[in-house]
Amino acid sequence: MLKLLRQSPLSARIGMGIVLLNILTAIFAPIIAPYGETKVVGDVWELFNSQFFFGTDHLGRDLFSRMVFGARNTIALAFATTALSFSFGIVLGFFAATLGGWTDQILSRIIDIIMAFPTLIFALMILSVVGSSVYSLVFTIAVLDSTRVYRLSRAVAMDIEVMEFVEAARLRGEGVWWLMRHEILPNAMPPLVAEFGLRFCFVFLFIAALSFLGLGLQPPAADWGGMVRENAGAITFGIYTPLLPAAAIAFLTVGVNLIVDWFLRVASGLKD
Amino acid sequence: MKHVLWLVLKRALASVVTILVISLIIFIGVELLPGDVAETVLGQSATPETVKAFRKELKLDLPPHVRYFTWLKDFVQGDFGNSLANGRPVFGLITWRFANTLFLAATAAAIAVPLAVILGILAALYRNSLFDNAISTTTLSFISFPEFFIAYILIGVFSVQFNVFPSLAAISPRMNFGEKLYTILLPALTLTAIVTAHMMRQTRAAIINVLASAYIEMAELKGIRRLRIIVQHAFPNALSPVINVIAVNLAYLVVGVVIVEVVFVYPGLGQLLVDSVSKRDIPVVQASGLIFAATYVTLNLLADILSMLSNPRLRKTH
Repeated sequence: MLKLLRQSPLSARIGMGIVLLNILTAIFAPIIAPYGETKVVGDVWELFNSQFFFGTDHLGRDLFSRMVFGARNTIALAFATTALSFSFGIVLGFFAATLGGWTDQILSRIIDIIMAFPTLIFALMILSVVGSSVYSLVFTIAVLDSTRVYRLSRAVAMDIEVMEFVEAARLRGEGVWWLMRHEILPNAMPPLVAEFGLRFCFVFLFIAALSFLGLGLQPPAADWGGMVRENAGAITFGIYTPLLPAAAIAFLTVGVNLIVDWFLRVASGLKD
Repeated sequence: MKHVLWLVLKRALASVVTILVISLIIFIGVELLPGDVAETVLGQSATPETVKAFRKELKLDLPPHVRYFTWLKDFVQGDFGNSLANGRPVFGLITWRFANTLFLAATAAAIAVPLAVILGILAALYRNSLFDNAISTTTLSFISFPEFFIAYILIGVFSVQFNVFPSLAAISPRMNFGEKLYTILLPALTLTAIVTAHMMRQTRAAIINVLASAYIEMAELKGIRRLRIIVQHAFPNALSPVINVIAVNLAYLVVGVVIVEVVFVYPGLGQLLVDSVSKRDIPVVQASGLIFAATYVTLNLLADILSMLSNPRLRKTH
């Protein structure tokens, strides 16, 4: 593992640096931020100065502090959603692969139909019905995103399921759950880890988009998508501070993509 | 040829079933609404009489399966019900906005498709060169950017700094075609940036895939010129995946338009949908959601049919 890290290309190291920086910011948010998350400390839309690194937002709150706390909220939310989506997708996908037959048919057809529906539109419709709260947001996106995870984990598990060691365990009389947990999961890890990175990017951008539309975290909590929405009016006055949270979103996504790119290249044996 | 026709028919049937199931999901979704739509909309202060009248207006007093079929029949006939927010017929609200959305998506596609295909072919031709790497890095970052980031950068540069394009795409029916194009150029460019990245990467991958096949190597060994190999040997076989890529991205374009419409306050269907979601204007959400879904499914169907028809191997099997 360490040897692999030492051999990593520059692009992957930049990616790791970006992700590490974001995680540290999220963890130590209260120490790093000079002001409170929701505290009004200055004038509306002040420019960069020595007191406020990034200026202030539309209510006069320190933008730098809000971005630091925003890192915490936004990343934690996206991570929780991706983790939930993976648990749904992997369990269902493995079930479909190990049981086969009708279970597989029914699950796959349902998933096909959900995937035929544009995700953003689906999410908007669900949120219009259940109302937007943090829990409904996380749950909705996790369910919609788990369809992609299901597809991958089913395909991977199908390949592993026909191996001799699975057959041996089956003949030993192990149950489906045991097979999934001890035989299939360890062997399916590499593609699933790479997929986790990709799905995280997707979920992260998706939550940012929904927050931007006003359906994500509710104010006064800080999250990057919502901050862009709140401060968008400043751009027409030539004040570019709302671009900072948007840039932060782009920055983290590029970082994760760089790592995933490298990981995929290593996993696929350096193919072109 | 009969074989292909059968495949196409089967695929089309699957799409119809998908749209029907989606309509059912949309309908059931509203059924599951906590409490009663009538009570939710009218609020706590509503008297039992007004709630009853409202329920009657929404036909909530009928059993669910009857309501579903009535809703579906009315929908197909163009009667989408009335908006809860302002009582106007949803059909009138939606048609002009949907036309606007299609206009924006079509403009973006007209710029993005030729651009993406040319860039993709060039990147595949000069694989692993500086040009290829530069293009790959640029497109990878565009994919990682949220849509609104690109949109606000364009606004910042073109409408605030240089003041050449409007930051609000306030289109109106009185404008002529040129004026409309000028108004929507910034949103169209934003969409172009996003889809071009996807399309170009996939076009590049499709062509590289074909270039790796044995018959291309054979042609190279025979000493045929590179241009001729690409035009005569590689292109017909790459056409099917490329057409598929384009159609899938057009489907994405029609749906991805939502965020861009909100940024530029463009009077399209996406903006209407977002507004109605926050107002919980259910009939409008149902209708616009179903229209979006149907467009998306249809374009994906088109993608599959076109790639079936343009695949020489499928065409020749009897």
